[in-house]
Amino acid sequence: MGNVLVWAIWILAAVGCLGSGLAVITLTNPFYSALALIGNLGSLAVLFLLASAEFLAAAQVLVYAGAVMVMFLFVIAYLGDRSPGSLAGGPSWISLAAIVAAAALLVEVVVVIGLKAGDGLADEATVERAFGSPAEIGRLFLTDHLLAFEITSIVLLIAAVGGVVLGTRSKAEDEEELARARA
Amino acid sequence: MLGPDVAWYLIVSAILFSIGTAGVLLRRSPLIVLLSLEIMLNSANLALIAFARLHGGHDGQIFALAVMAVAASEVVVGLGLIVAIARKRLDLDVDRLRVLRG
Repeated sequence: MGNVLVWAIWILAAVGCLGSGLAVITLTNPFYSALALIGNLGSLAVLFLLASAEFLAAAQVLVYAGAVMVMFLFVIAYLGDRSPGSLAGGPSWISLAAIVAAAALLVEVVVVIGLKAGDGLADEATVERAFGSPAEIGRLFLTDHLLAFEITSIVLLIAAVGGVVLGTRSKAEDEEELARARA
Repeated sequence: MLGPDVAWYLIVSAILFSIGTAGVLLRRSPLIVLLSLEIMLNSANLALIAFARLHGGHDGQIFALAVMAVAASEVVVGLGLIVAIARKRLDLDVDRLRVLRG
């Protein structure tokens, strides 16, 4: 009974994840695309949970749906209707080629995984209940993976500084804006 | 584990990755390209987590967290660039943005 329930939730999450992924790339209004991505990230978090990655599921909702997507929505609101909504420009064979390229990538990935992993995917390791819990991840981050943890913090710091640098107006831009206002 | 085995997770991850690829190739708006990149990064995360479950080790999950941090940084810089481009009153269209010089 429990297994059937888990399968049902898994299928719901997988369908939701793929469907909202398609919605992200097909909807013409960028605002709706961003909302669809939130749905995508939410259903991915459910899949993470079912693969016993509890801390990652929580981090996914907090970091992505909470922080990153809010930033996206702010920028979309700032830009208004200035971002082009339509699909790729140029002749339709470009769009066709893009879809063929993506499909080819899918086939390649599936074939490679099937060839290399094949039977090995069936026998999973047995894990205890604490697998993927915040305590376990935190312990690993501060012991075995301390360097990765510190490098991550530096990457985030650099990104924050870069965001500030990109976001500040230069003096020339200020004067240009002033001149435009006077004219 | 309860529910589907790792192969199913990998299939979803592969399909999601090619959806993201199609988005990057198809769309002209740099905003949607960034959103599609997020989809691709997340599908890689799903594969990492599925493999971590398969092997019973935490390394894949740690890697996925690092990917999440990198994705957040990428969004900060990417959105900063988009706002800077919009302030210069250039077209927000990846087909027309061909030079990096401001």
